[in-house]
Amino acid sequence: MHEWALAEAVVAKAAEVARERGIATVSEVVIALGELQDVDRLAFEQGLSIVQRDAPELANARFAFETDLARCACRPCGHAWTLRESLAGLPEDERESIHLLPEVVHFYVTCPACSSPDFAIVGGRGVSLVAING
Amino acid sequence: MDPRPAIVERRLRGVRRVLAVTGGKGGIGKTSVAVGLALSLREEGRRVGLLDLDLWGPSDHVVLGAPRPGFREDGGLVPGVVAGLAFMSIASIVGERPALLRGEDISNAILELLAVTIWGELDVLVVDMPPGFGDTLLDAARYLPRAEYVVVTTPSELTLATTRKMLELLRRLELPVLGLVENLRRDGGTGGVDALAAGGDQRLLGAIGYDEGYEACLGSPERLRGTGFFRDVQVIATALGAARA
Repeated sequence: MHEWALAEAVVAKAAEVARERGIATVSEVVIALGELQDVDRLAFEQGLSIVQRDAPELANARFAFETDLARCACRPCGHAWTLRESLAGLPEDERESIHLLPEVVHFYVTCPACSSPDFAIVGGRGVSLVAING
Repeated sequence: MDPRPAIVERRLRGVRRVLAVTGGKGGIGKTSVAVGLALSLREEGRRVGLLDLDLWGPSDHVVLGAPRPGFREDGGLVPGVVAGLAFMSIASIVGERPALLRGEDISNAILELLAVTIWGELDVLVVDMPPGFGDTLLDAARYLPRAEYVVVTTPSELTLATTRKMLELLRRLELPVLGLVENLRRDGGTGGVDALAAGGDQRLLGAIGYDEGYEACLGSPERLRGTGFFRDVQVIATALGAARA
């Protein structure tokens, strides 16, 4: 599963930050899941629970999740919108492509106000770390 | 915090050498050289990966005759095998759709590919870099710190001027350059690339003659191996095997 690779990245980064901050035992890692990448949370959590065993600082950490709304802003017309509806209308293969590489959303979605494909993803792109608590 | 940079180095842990094939301009044969080198190194018996990082105009898969190169999901994205090469490209994910991506999106997509692609054990990973300077070169410097650069140029004065700038930027970024490859060399050569190599204290790894039969072999690695182009690339690949920046 692709989620496993993302789980490895999260644990590697959280362990790196814990070492930098001198946190010997991490109690909680707060993770934001961007709507655009649409990570399979169950598979992701399973990956985290296994990968964390290889990082001593995170061996007993719990993972908390937040949803990060996918938001875009059109460069030519300035329109701002959330992607949820746009994504829901896409065929399965296109949603899968976006899941694997979120930037390809530019191939399939245009600004609902002016139809321009020139928009910025301003939030909710993928997986990010919000907090690492000792 | 973005977790992806923390895992890129681990993804490349099983890769002994990373060769970044770059050049200042588009249309100088960088893709042909990258694919040719990968095929040639494979023919020498090495385990070779090929990563097409030209997200605006990916075309390695066209040279290889793989319109929609595959991959499988197993702990990440495991590249499919094309002509004996572990191969990854944005075309593996979206096929032939044209890309309309700004630099920031390209940087993000490159980082994602590097973070989730499982290369496994390779002797060489050949990276086909996008043309030009800027974001991608800076991304490569950051995420591919072990890469050794092969700079493709042509005898045209227009290309040489850009190649000089590319060499200067690589030097300023302290990125190791293995040398220059002169592509599209006409009979006898013009001496321009030799002079550039000598002036920039760079090694000329080899020259690839203009091959009228090359175009007809695109899409068929087997036929490509029979071209004069490929014979010239083989000489360069052998030189690269021994070269260290």
